[in-house]
Amino acid sequence: MALERSEVEKIAHLARLGLNEDDLPRTTETLNNILGLIDRMQAVDTTGIDPLAHPLETSQRLRADAVTETNQRDAYQAIAPAVEDGLYLVPRVIE
Amino acid sequence: MHQLTLAEIARALAAKQFSAEELTRSLLTRIGQLDPQLNSFITVTEEQAVAQAKAADARRANGEGGALLGAPIGHKDLFCTQGIRTSCGSRILDNFEAPYDATVVDRLAAAGAVSLGKLNMDEFAMGSANESSYYGAVKNPWDLSRVPGGSSGGSAAAVAARLLPAATGSDTGGSIRQPAALTNLTGLKPTYGRVSRWGMIAYASSLDQGGPIARTAEDCALMLGAMAGFDTKDSTSVDQPLDDYLTALTKPLTGLRVGLPKEYFGEGLDSKIADAVMAAVEELKKLGATVKDISLPNMQHAIPSYYVIAPAEASSNLSRFDGVRFGYRCDNPADLTDLYKRSRAEGFGDEVRRRIMVGTYALSAGYYDAYYLKAQKIRRLIKNDFVSAFEDVDVILGPTTPNLAWKLGEKNNDPVSAYLEDIYTITANLAGIPGISMPAGFIDGLPVGVQLLAPYFQEGRLLNVAHQYQQVTEWHKQAPSGF
Repeated sequence: MALERSEVEKIAHLARLGLNEDDLPRTTETLNNILGLIDRMQAVDTTGIDPLAHPLETSQRLRADAVTETNQRDAYQAIAPAVEDGLYLVPRVIE
Repeated sequence: MHQLTLAEIARALAAKQFSAEELTRSLLTRIGQLDPQLNSFITVTEEQAVAQAKAADARRANGEGGALLGAPIGHKDLFCTQGIRTSCGSRILDNFEAPYDATVVDRLAAAGAVSLGKLNMDEFAMGSANESSYYGAVKNPWDLSRVPGGSSGGSAAAVAARLLPAATGSDTGGSIRQPAALTNLTGLKPTYGRVSRWGMIAYASSLDQGGPIARTAEDCALMLGAMAGFDTKDSTSVDQPLDDYLTALTKPLTGLRVGLPKEYFGEGLDSKIADAVMAAVEELKKLGATVKDISLPNMQHAIPSYYVIAPAEASSNLSRFDGVRFGYRCDNPADLTDLYKRSRAEGFGDEVRRRIMVGTYALSAGYYDAYYLKAQKIRRLIKNDFVSAFEDVDVILGPTTPNLAWKLGEKNNDPVSAYLEDIYTITANLAGIPGISMPAGFIDGLPVGVQLLAPYFQEGRLLNVAHQYQQVTEWHKQAPSGF
């Protein structure tokens, strides 16, 4: 099943990736080539096979519900593009 | 000094033939002279390296020892290093100085290893040629017009060119083993969960695994001994005791059962590579191994399964790069959506954007069962193939790659043809088993790698077989001319 241009635009929006109009035909073609490769999966009979999410099939380890980390806000915000008074700045979202 | 292996360096430092500082300064000079041809480093950390080397010399003067005390290494630039740029080969992290060290970085530093810098890589470890890096392609020291493999291409090129005796790498679909094969090195991908992923920037979390690249199996054993082990900070780290990898090296191979999967020697394999692989099998037979033909019938389905699972997990992992908390932010965003979209479009390169889009599509409403779930079912079939094969054999042997190192730019316009190069390596990631690539000869001056695979947690066995092979062969000792 080949992707249409409009579907590529929708996927890019879902992924929050800006798309360049000029690149759209090439992007659509490349994605379709990759999906062509992936679609070979559909020929494999997987009836009755459980999906494998973790190679060792272990589940998430739990730990005691205790505070183990200290606050490092200053260190983490030192590498942010824009901060003020300990807050991350983004363009206005509420008019 | 630059020709010495880690093991030889350890003996020389212990015998006070030179100091860690002298060794570090000598290699830094060599990097400055030779790396412009290769582009294997993204960041050389001269100041920190000299400080670490002096500290190692001081520890030794205080009576401390240890095989890695004062040993020069480098880190693939996806291991976080506190206060030092950790770019992941991407524009989006070009300005990112990690606020903490990865566990692997911590552990090697604690063992006394001296990090000379951060090594080039495919952007976000997505690639098999090291051509997708924001910092430019890496050249293969065996032929500067060819790729070194990827995604740990900087690690491989630096070690092959004797700029470093060893380096860290990561392997999601072959990213340690394939560049090791294409540059005449030994590279080990451990069992999933053996080496902590804490502070290793994620690509595909259920497949990613850190490991060493070095010239010999012995050096890989030294590196792995420091890198591996349980880490509470990684929720998929395995709490199981480590083998003594150095002791494991010495075991005779008498009675070793080697499986040769017929699928690894079929269509698509360069026949000269097949000949080199079979010559390695003959050497192992002389060392006492027996050989059995086996089958891994689902191997052919691994590539489509991998190219769903890896992009799906990548699309989720890479959603954290949003231009808000760290990394690149576009100029003058009109609104929040524009900030996200432009920061990501300008920050990520072509291959990363492609994989994010494939993954987003595979996980989107209505397609999850047909893609992600289907791929995970095939993943189980691949694991089952290995489980039943290992009932009859101790290790599985085959070529690491179907082809030799290709020309720079040769596969740039056709991602699918590059994906097919991963055919022999990705099954180990899907199954989670360990694998090693070792040098096994040359064709027209280009290195050939042999891959060995073993059951879960048998890294010691892989290192053992590679080490015994390296006791009776000279391939791994060959250096590229000019380096």
